[in-house]
Amino acid sequence: MIQFDQVNKWYGSYQALTNINERIAPGEVVVVCGPSGSGKSTLIRTINRLEPIDQGIIRVQGQDVHRKGLNLNAYRSGIGFVFQQFNLFPHLTALQNCSLAPIALKGLSKAEADAHSLALLKRVGLESKAHVLPAKLSGGQQQRVAIARALAMKPPIMLFDEPTSALDPEMVGEVLAVMKSLAAEGMTMVCVTHEMGFAREVADRVLFMDAGQILERAAPADFFNRPQHPRARQFLSDIRSPYASLAA
Amino acid sequence: MKELIDVYGLYFLIGQYPNGPLGGLALTVLLASLGLLLALPLGLLLGLARVSPLAWVRWPVSGLVFVVRGTPLLMVVFWAYFFLPVVTGHKTGQFDTMLGALVLFDGAYLAEIVRAGLQGLPKGQFEAARSLGLSYGQAMRRVLLPQALRHMLPSLVNQFVSTIKETSLGTIIGLSELSYVANQINAQVLVKPLQIYSVLALSYFVMCFGLSRLAYALESRLNEART
Amino acid sequence: MPILDFSALLHGQFRDWLVSGFLFSLQLTGLTLVLALPLATLVALLRMAPSRPARALGFLYVEGVRSVPLIVHMLFWYFGAPELLPDRTRQWLYSGNVEAIAAVVALTLYSAAYMAEDIRSGLRAVPRTQFEAARALGFSFLGSMRRVILPQALRITVPPLISQTLNLWKDTSIATVIGVAELMYQAQRVETASFRGFDTFALVTAAYLSVSVLITALSVGFQHFFPARAAS
Repeated sequence: MIQFDQVNKWYGSYQALTNINERIAPGEVVVVCGPSGSGKSTLIRTINRLEPIDQGIIRVQGQDVHRKGLNLNAYRSGIGFVFQQFNLFPHLTALQNCSLAPIALKGLSKAEADAHSLALLKRVGLESKAHVLPAKLSGGQQQRVAIARALAMKPPIMLFDEPTSALDPEMVGEVLAVMKSLAAEGMTMVCVTHEMGFAREVADRVLFMDAGQILERAAPADFFNRPQHPRARQFLSDIRSPYASLAA
Repeated sequence: MKELIDVYGLYFLIGQYPNGPLGGLALTVLLASLGLLLALPLGLLLGLARVSPLAWVRWPVSGLVFVVRGTPLLMVVFWAYFFLPVVTGHKTGQFDTMLGALVLFDGAYLAEIVRAGLQGLPKGQFEAARSLGLSYGQAMRRVLLPQALRHMLPSLVNQFVSTIKETSLGTIIGLSELSYVANQINAQVLVKPLQIYSVLALSYFVMCFGLSRLAYALESRLNEART
Repeated sequence: MPILDFSALLHGQFRDWLVSGFLFSLQLTGLTLVLALPLATLVALLRMAPSRPARALGFLYVEGVRSVPLIVHMLFWYFGAPELLPDRTRQWLYSGNVEAIAAVVALTLYSAAYMAEDIRSGLRAVPRTQFEAARALGFSFLGSMRRVILPQALRITVPPLISQTLNLWKDTSIATVIGVAELMYQAQRVETASFRGFDTFALVTAAYLSVSVLITALSVGFQHFFPARAAS
């Protein structure tokens, strides 16, 4: 469904992505992890062209993402993207946030769009907050609305860019629960996340990135118990016991 | 003082109306309101052009805005005095000249307010809108502008305060706005300039201070809503 | 569309008038700046003073001055204020360049009100925690101000002050209304005498713009070499 072929990207002289080759099958849940600055956010943002690439081809459902004749807006409406900072539209209620794209892009009537949005909000557990402005919602609630908003256009692919990193710990669980239920329904998902528990339970595959390269790809059980690449081992040990390096 | 008010009070407030054109305080308020009202769409257009991703739109408009903002308003008034008759084909009155100058001048300043308002929004808003599949225009119209305009409201009120003060330049081209009328009164009375100009200053003070308090209140409300 | 022909303006008497006007405008700007900055600092400190009457005074000054158009300030100081002076002083005033003096007084008071607000914003923009951190390290009040607060405040304050200087430069044109022989006054004079309105105003606009460009470049340069850096 998503295909990276020899993808390279530079910011000036700094190489952000190096020779990325990867295939993500329909229905797969892939978790991308790695230290800060490894390029994982950049990678996921190239899929819906929030970041352009300099070399190589990205194909989504067979289409070259950088093809000249591509209708970028139509393409993007077919991919759901969830941001670390939620990015809900503060001047619109939760319901209006979800209905905006279906009304503006699919030509749905307000009634149809709102009915559908309400169903989505119910699915993320927030139908009681449908008419509330984002400022009155907690971080976890905002992120769940953001997921509903991304689902409103019924995309076959959902991308998550560190969806829980900006949340207080007690709210992480509610967002992960929604993501888990999506995965269970067979959604193709790519998640950049630090939540190893989520990766272990839900992911089909884990990609480990460092310095712009994919260094290891494995099933979660293999990755967490028997990491192969030395930097992957370092990363996992840093996560598990953050002070070990100081003791040495 | 009381005699001054009795004799000249009405003249101060509405000029020679109904025996002549509207003048004084009424004219000042009318000119300022009309000026800002007409400058708003211009400012919006220019502001959008200033943030446009299209360089051939951005550069000329930025140049125009820079030239207008780098020139004294009085000069813009003289330009209007010269150019409006040429452009419209017939002699332009003082009111129209002043109005034209104000619309252009305030339009350029509003363009900057719009630009700052749009650029002050978190970048994630634009990205989120585009990620949903909205086009640049749709994102601007449905997501960015509604937020930016709301935040800009105190600046808009402050700009209105500036416009009221700017109308005073009409004196120089003989427009019978408030300052001109005060000058006329002073030219007749001659012996009480202190009182006359104090009242003039006070009139502006009441209008402008009142409005800037309003802007301040609006800004406080906005800041409260945000946190 | 009238054809541009600057030849008449760039020689002889017209040129002399325009150049003298340009120089006079620059002098007005410079003198006002020198007088307004200390006054503005005083007013800014007044607005931040611990005493309530002092703060009220500062507030009244700023709001009172800013709510009145510059032209009215000029008219007031030229026509109205001399009334208040004793006869001897008034005569001395009128024997000199009363127009220019009135213009400078008006411009100084007007600009200082705006600059005071910029200075105050700059001081307030430095988080109070910076001051606390400096005191915690052992610096005195003045020491903290000198070594920690003011250097930070300065970077934030200078760009708006430069922007105010730009406004001041443009505001000098208002002095024409009380007969000060600055650039705008000379422009009108040349226009009347030469019948070349378009050329005259084009030239004078360019003159105003040239200084505006310089002042803007100064601001951009300052912000480039001395950017305001946030702690977090």
